[in-house]
Amino acid sequence: MKGARGNNMIEIVNLTKNYGQIKAVDNLNFTVEKGEILGFLGPNGAGKTTTMNIITGYISSSEGTVKVCGYDILENPGEVKKRIGYLPEQPPLYMDMTVKDYLNFACDLKRVDKKNRKSQIYDIMELVKITHVKDRLIKNLSKGYKQRVGLAQALVGAPEVLILDEPTVGLDPQQIIEIRKLIKALGKEHTIILSTHILPEVSAVCDRVVIINKGKIAAIDTPENLNRKYGNTSKFNIRVSGPKNAIKDILSGIYGVKKVEVRSEMDSNVTDFLVEAEKDIDVRKPIFFELAKKEYPILEVKSVEMSLEDIFIHVVNDGKEEVKEENKEDQENSDTVENSNPSEDSASQELPASEDAELSEKETGSEKEADTDDKEVE
Amino acid sequence: MLAVFKREFKAYFNSPIAYILIGLFMLLSSYFFLSNLSTQSADFNNNLSSMSFLLLFIVPILTMRIIAEERKNGTEVMLITSPVSVSKIVMGKYLASVSVFLVMTAVSFIFPIIIIIFGQPAMAKLIGGYVGFILLGCAFIAIGVFASSLTESQVVAAVISFVILLTMWIMDFLSSFTSGLLAKVLDWFSLYARYVDFSEGILSLSPIIYYLSFCFIFVFLTIRIIEKRRWSQG
Repeated sequence: MKGARGNNMIEIVNLTKNYGQIKAVDNLNFTVEKGEILGFLGPNGAGKTTTMNIITGYISSSEGTVKVCGYDILENPGEVKKRIGYLPEQPPLYMDMTVKDYLNFACDLKRVDKKNRKSQIYDIMELVKITHVKDRLIKNLSKGYKQRVGLAQALVGAPEVLILDEPTVGLDPQQIIEIRKLIKALGKEHTIILSTHILPEVSAVCDRVVIINKGKIAAIDTPENLNRKYGNTSKFNIRVSGPKNAIKDILSGIYGVKKVEVRSEMDSNVTDFLVEAEKDIDVRKPIFFELAKKEYPILEVKSVEMSLEDIFIHVVNDGKEEVKEENKEDQENSDTVENSNPSEDSASQELPASEDAELSEKETGSEKEADTDDKEVE
Repeated sequence: MLAVFKREFKAYFNSPIAYILIGLFMLLSSYFFLSNLSTQSADFNNNLSSMSFLLLFIVPILTMRIIAEERKNGTEVMLITSPVSVSKIVMGKYLASVSVFLVMTAVSFIFPIIIIIFGQPAMAKLIGGYVGFILLGCAFIAIGVFASSLTESQVVAAVISFVILLTMWIMDFLSSFTSGLLAKVLDWFSLYARYVDFSEGILSLSPIIYYLSFCFIFVFLTIRIIEKRRWSQG
């Protein structure tokens, strides 16, 4: 705490990182206050991981300064690194160690006192719920547990600042909720930067959000303000049985509906529509009554979450839909720069083309996977 | 530094790699020792130079994973973002490899002990030979660690260090075919040329300093390689 100046735990000024001709991070400026949970949002290849790597001192910046608790990362790397716990995207785990040995090693690296060590490791293991796997080799743990061990490693040494790169990836829904709760609880004592591409996560956990795109800050605000500003539509998936064009006309005619899109035809008589409506007006009731009048039964109504891409496109393009295609190409270009992460790449290639439904399908798919993995452990 | 050293040393013995290497080394050196037994000779230094030839194959396997694996598994991030400096990380790793090599050397003491029990070897020669053997091994390991820092692939690291070691080994041989400045330069870099002195039982300061500075330079280069990567890429 000695080094802290004012309330700013992390100060980033004019941060730039060049990879040859390409600017992975371009002139970033922001500060994080003590006790704040900052969400770091952006599409793949936007520079999230690069920025985090620079803050933690893993790689160096090309220009600009990073100060943590008042210490400059270049002038005083030891002091900075002492105060940061980092969970990279790929948890830095030694597969041939047991969980306990691994955490002991982390204590050695962070120079935790021999006296406090035992109780600290015990507390952390309880906190992230890995006590019952403490004698297992890390390579035998499921993805979800590996993620928790990675988080445990970041907590060792009670750092003031936690930097978490996509901490909930690969966890099942139950675990995601737990980890979010945990992060929220940690936020009382720690200053946290958290990167993610899942929007509900940001609104659930973060006090403030930085959206970055192509290495530049696109917006900084609280989640509420962002939602208010950009999330002015609500979306539904509606499956109706009946003639396609007639139904489309009915839906379009309802007050508050902004846009109707035919998503897919199940068979000749059943069609999926994507309805976009004003946020303040609940259009579900009039839709039901109108369709009931004509005796077109609604088979399914599903609300679609406003996704990062939506807000992101709003933020970057001010709502111009036609830019979407161009955006897709750009994202893919920037991805080739950061091909150190193959999983991110494959995800991003699907993202621009896919609509929200596909995205959520994919998420639930991976969650199921994590679920079965965990059963193996237990 | 101690943390990294401890982890690496344990990792060697938690995996089969240390046992396999030591076992292989002992198997082949026992075969060399057979000639001592059959000829009833108390001269062990011929064996030591054959054993140091074995190091050419053993050291690349010993050191190939030491940095390459960290990069591949992403555990490098944890080390570098910890308060431990890069030079201490590399030193810890280097010393861990050296320690495994020392354990291996210690196991091979069984041969001279047998000779001492049943014969009268020239002790000065024996000690000199072993000091040279250990210094040579340390220099080899420094090259191996350096090679491991160049790549993410363990196999590539092993091949690189083997090629460098082999070149160093035949440098002496090459210099005998050349003359003038080239021969001199080749001689400077010949690790083996210095080793000959030791096996004659001569413990002079200059080859010792030569080997130690050799180790130092390659460890230093390894540190620079890792630092440089942090500046140029991610």
